[in-house]
Amino acid sequence: MVMYEAEYEQIKKVCDRLVREANSKVVFLVDKNGQLIASAGDVGHLDTTSLASLTAGNIAATGGIAKLINEKEFSQIFHEGERDNLHISIIGQRVILVVIFDQRSSLGLVRLRVRKASEELNTIFSSIAAKAEQPGASPFAEITDDDIDSLFSG
Amino acid sequence: MSFINYSSREINCKIVYYGPGLCGKTTNLQYIYNKTSPDAKGKMISLATETERTLFFDFLPLSLGEIRGFKTRFHLYTVPGQVFYDASRKLILKGVDGVVFVADSQIERVEANLESVENLRTNLSEQGYDLDRIPYVVQYNKRDLPNAATVDELRKLLNPKAVPEFEATATTGVGVFDTLKAVAKLVLQELRKGADAGASPISSPPRRGPVT
Repeated sequence: MVMYEAEYEQIKKVCDRLVREANSKVVFLVDKNGQLIASAGDVGHLDTTSLASLTAGNIAATGGIAKLINEKEFSQIFHEGERDNLHISIIGQRVILVVIFDQRSSLGLVRLRVRKASEELNTIFSSIAAKAEQPGASPFAEITDDDIDSLFSG
Repeated sequence: MSFINYSSREINCKIVYYGPGLCGKTTNLQYIYNKTSPDAKGKMISLATETERTLFFDFLPLSLGEIRGFKTRFHLYTVPGQVFYDASRKLILKGVDGVVFVADSQIERVEANLESVENLRTNLSEQGYDLDRIPYVVQYNKRDLPNAATVDELRKLLNPKAVPEFEATATTGVGVFDTLKAVAKLVLQELRKGADAGASPISSPPRRGPVT
């Protein structure tokens, strides 16, 4: 997956708005392989890399369970905690949207806002996918063995 | 599948440590974690049973430095080695950029190694990858044990294609970083090769070989 600045800004805008409109604490987007794509809200105290990896693992495991009972996937998952809750949804079968919220919001509101944001995000990711189909300049076409070796010289 | 982010100027790649139960996959990651400076690593996560056997995966994010202005990050994963966790192993291989096969050098584990490497090939091909085409290295672990088979014997059985191979004793760290460096290099070289071919869209179905 390749993320360009223009699309990243669009994604970030949708995530920032979702935090506000859903009255949530944190929103983050993860690809299905566990890489964090974007995050918004109060993420300062969160280990977003670990969260991304575990969320993708969670979705992968849930998807595995779905297949075993002849379901395509579970597109929405909700975890209820004592203080914070987690709403996880899959967008366009490609990325995972996670919303963390507490009693200041509600599952109904989160689901409503997530639905709208999902449509917008799906459009953006479709355009990223289309862009990726076209061959373009990559910073890695030019890397040399020396560049690679220099990473390991420390 | 590597993730290139032009906005944050980062590149993330996924490396999976594969091998039979108790071969030392988690020990490899633990050694790397212990020997890496705090600013270059994230938290190591182990989803393990009460008896410290890997239940789902171990995860260790590592930062290697910059290439052409891009921060290079590797996400290291292990799979659960025990035979009956096959469903989990398949999930962890999704989006893999490089694989380390950790072999248990002990003579009595030869069959388990063979079974695991065959399982790796099968599970990779289910994801659309070909073991002969992806960045792949073999580590012969537990070289310090008296019942270790010779490297020649292990090579014949486990590394017929002569991919880069390393002798290791993961508990003391021998060979651990050499293995990691080798697979990371192969991943970056693959990235360079794939760069001309255009990048893979995130929505694409599995392809033959990881096109990045």
